[in-house]
Amino acid sequence: MENQNIENIQFPKELLDEVQRAVSSFPEGKQKSALIRTLHIAQAHFGYLSTPVMDYVARLLHIQPIEVYEVATFYSMYDTQPVGKVKLEVCRTGPCMIEGAEKIVSYIENKLGIKDGETTSDGIFTLKTVECLGACGYAPMLQAGEKFHEHLTEEKVDALIEQYRLKPVANYMGQE
Amino acid sequence: MSRKLLLNNIHVEGIHTYDVYRKTGGYAAVEKALKSMSPDDVVEEVKKSGLRGRGGAGFPTGMKWSFIAKPEGVPRHLLCNADESEPGTFKDRYLMEKIPHLLIEGMILSSFALGCEQSYIYIRGEYMYVLRILEKAIAEAYQNGWLGKNIKGSGYNLDLSVSPGAGAYICGEETALIESLEGKRGNPRMKPPFPAIQGLWQRPTVVNNVETICAVVPIVNEGGDAYAQIGIGRSTGTKLISAGGNINKPGVYELELGVSVEEFIYGDQYCGGIKNGKKLKACVPGGSSVPILPHYLVCKTAEGNDRLMSYESLADGGFANGSMLGSGGFIIYDEDQCIVRNTWNFSRFYHHESCGQCSPCREGTGWMEKVLHRLEYGHGKMEDIDLLWDIQRKIEGNTICPLGDAAAWPVAAAIRHFREEFEWHVKEPNACTTRNYGLVKEKVFEKVNA
Amino acid sequence: MSEQIQKITVTIDGKTVEVDPGTTILNAARQIGGEVVPPAMCYYKPLKGSGGKCRTCLVEVSKGSEKDPRPMPKLVASCSTTVMDGMEVKNKSSERVVDARKGVVEFLLINHPLDCPVCDQAGECSLQDLAFEHGADTSRYEFKRREFDKIDIGEYIKLHMTRCILCYRCVYVANQLTPNREHGILKRGDAAEISTYIQNSLDNEFIGNVIDVCPVGALTDKTFRFRSRVWYTKPMDASCDCGKCGGKAVLWMIGNEIARVTARKDQYGEVEEFICNDCRFNKKDLKDWNVEGPRKISRHSVISTNHYEKVAPAHTPLLNKA
Ligand SMILES: Cc1cc2nc3c(=O)[nH]c(=O)nc-3n(C[C@H](O)[C@H](O)[C@H](O)COP(=O)(O)O)c2cc1C
Ligand code: SF4
Ligand code: SF4
Ligand code: FES
Repeated sequence: MENQNIENIQFPKELLDEVQRAVSSFPEGKQKSALIRTLHIAQAHFGYLSTPVMDYVARLLHIQPIEVYEVATFYSMYDTQPVGKVKLEVCRTGPCMIEGAEKIVSYIENKLGIKDGETTSDGIFTLKTVECLGACGYAPMLQAGEKFHEHLTEEKVDALIEQYRLKPVANYMGQE
Repeated sequence: MSRKLLLNNIHVEGIHTYDVYRKTGGYAAVEKALKSMSPDDVVEEVKKSGLRGRGGAGFPTGMKWSFIAKPEGVPRHLLCNADESEPGTFKDRYLMEKIPHLLIEGMILSSFALGCEQSYIYIRGEYMYVLRILEKAIAEAYQNGWLGKNIKGSGYNLDLSVSPGAGAYICGEETALIESLEGKRGNPRMKPPFPAIQGLWQRPTVVNNVETICAVVPIVNEGGDAYAQIGIGRSTGTKLISAGGNINKPGVYELELGVSVEEFIYGDQYCGGIKNGKKLKACVPGGSSVPILPHYLVCKTAEGNDRLMSYESLADGGFANGSMLGSGGFIIYDEDQCIVRNTWNFSRFYHHESCGQCSPCREGTGWMEKVLHRLEYGHGKMEDIDLLWDIQRKIEGNTICPLGDAAAWPVAAAIRHFREEFEWHVKEPNACTTRNYGLVKEKVFEKVNA
Repeated sequence: MSEQIQKITVTIDGKTVEVDPGTTILNAARQIGGEVVPPAMCYYKPLKGSGGKCRTCLVEVSKGSEKDPRPMPKLVASCSTTVMDGMEVKNKSSERVVDARKGVVEFLLINHPLDCPVCDQAGECSLQDLAFEHGADTSRYEFKRREFDKIDIGEYIKLHMTRCILCYRCVYVANQLTPNREHGILKRGDAAEISTYIQNSLDNEFIGNVIDVCPVGALTDKTFRFRSRVWYTKPMDASCDCGKCGGKAVLWMIGNEIARVTARKDQYGEVEEFICNDCRFNKKDLKDWNVEGPRKISRHSVISTNHYEKVAPAHTPLLNKA
């Protein structure tokens, strides 16, 4: 979603319900506890957490905007800048590294013509190296959207890039 | 030979569904507890079992539970720590993905024991698809009357839900987890007050690892004494080990504590030996935070005894010659791996994950990473090794939470056991950047394991 | 008649004092005073919940209490550890403490710009004092230091984030003195920064107090007239009839002009009473004030002990780089 004017920022009904469900799993008055979940929902829906989106979330949960900014910038999964439709997040930590994560990263860099942290010009892919994703026994691996792709080889990377190019998934909502 | 208590049904088709889980004996422990046990009875069984926390610190679970404050009229909370972010560890994901009802059953039992009526599973945000599996299973449990009001006519009420993190290793630390669950930055709190007195929303709170909570199910089913029979000494029961690195069969293994490390690495029912016929160079037995062991201290202790997979045996030799069971993230390095590179990699991890609250960790982790980077890329100086030693020494023990220690220990142990390899990086700045992985090419391991 | 509270006894570097139960080691040490007092860069008595973060106040507890005399294995933050009856504490008399503190000072300085010669805080900077008293002579840090742009947060306050030591005091001020906090800590680890995120201006009536609590020159007063070095100004106690605050302030004078107004601080740099923005930023005319007389700055600092000029050339880490 490109339009980030504050007036246009509004969750559709089903997402409002999802936020409500998260809020109601906490006691009365503890709605701030739903913040992290709500930001995931917002990021998936709006593409990234722009200031107007964060202000909207603050209003939804009746908290100060700064409380949202503090959280959104603390956690590494949140993007406060625009990213591609599919984030390829390659684990680079120890166990993945010794199984060849660095080679996978440079393979993707060459294939897509982008560096770590960059987005392809067609806006589909963002490459990001991340820390341990809990898949050390199935290394090397990457996460795309919610999905884990493990035991990566160059062929597998080719195939999944092809797959996502045809059908870019939403980043964090499992809408495959 | 090794008994399985958590993964015994893992290969049953459809075990992730309620129906199959129930048919294979699932929720029998809850039935038993609600019908014939008081909350204190459950705590007592857990005490008798000798179960120790599986999240890393190994603190006796029964004792932890008995510390929870019970002020009149104040709700208490049980939080399941499913943040699993310690490099090398991936067992909790396996449990939750494959057999989610086991965790739910454990949560019901443990919440009952602690007198909690609202419990949460805090799961790392990257495991969003696992969160969905858990939510589906929780919905099934509600439908079948295992959660909600007046569970199975017992009068006991329990609500359970899952809440995600969003990418922060530090939120595995229990007070950071609590802060995060309150919708804040994951800054660990100062202790005291301990969560057992003032935790989530200042209420008495217990935080337990996924595997710890799952283990309560067999403990209630078979009794604490029976559980304590398994294992060795004060390391009772079974433990899930996440095995990775240069081995033939990486994966999650459940073993009775006390299996020898040698059998675990080389045995066919476990790791199946080092990949590609290479030699063992080093092992990190309990997740990235624990001290690395050089090959000659992996299968044997410094005194020459067999090293076992247990809290005590892995720690045998202290920091000088031992390590820790930690979270059970078992990483094997073969002869081609570079210790300096690996240490740099880990210190980058801790630098990335420091919350930044206290100065030694905030500033020290980044400094160590930079010095290690320089060494690894052939720009290091001999003094850098002592500098690193001094930095890690000044972080360790001086921070708010144990992340500072976790960042310091791997550096300390690497220098302690592999100083020559660090020196080689300084002496051979060209060779080391072509990644000949340190000394391996030059030095023959005389003491390679039989 | 009030009940007599049972006092408890604690010994710090061999000096014994009786304090109320619940007192922290740091405050017990302050009751003794002098050399036994550990330095505190983040703890700030008037701000609830502050402390524990900077780790400069680490001390060794060599005896836990009369009941349980075992020493504590780790050094503890004296600002957030309460004393027990019979506790024995070592501050400067412990080599471990001296060593660890030196480490903390070094950590705090590795990313500090060391721009004291151009910093408004010079002369009343806790970090400068800390480095002078507890630091090493040279830095072993050879990498690029963290840098941020200077920004104005509102009409009155300048934020020079590069100098910040992330003590969180200013966040506590905003939380505890103003209804809606508008600034906070963004990002994490050594990338963390104080910010409003959207370049908001801070304009709550009491927000000016962030300047007084900031231990370094990260938050400074834009209305500080003549940009003078602090030691060329003369502090005078003054008061005024203010509807918003107690109106008890210190005027920093150059001749007959008010260069700036601050709250009154005690010897540990803690304000006695917070003042409002009006008093701080707008009352720059002597007519606005009732001058009570010269204020003694009892604070032990590089300046007040007249070390600054003398020591400067030899003291490389803080004062050399412009
Ligand atoms: C930096 C840090 C990260 C941690 N990460 C985890 C984690 O991901 N999962 C976990 O169960 N425990 C983790 N722990 C340990 C927890 O603080 C806590 O001890 C544990 O959840 C207690 O559960 P247990 O007694 O069942 O092991 C971590 C501790 C620290 C200091
Ligand atoms: S040790 Fe590190 S992670 Fe823990 S509180 Fe301090 S800065 Fe944060
Ligand atoms: S700006 Fe000043 S008061 Fe605020 S955190 Fe930084 S050093 Fe502390
Ligand atoms: S003053 Fe105690 S930790 Fe900062």
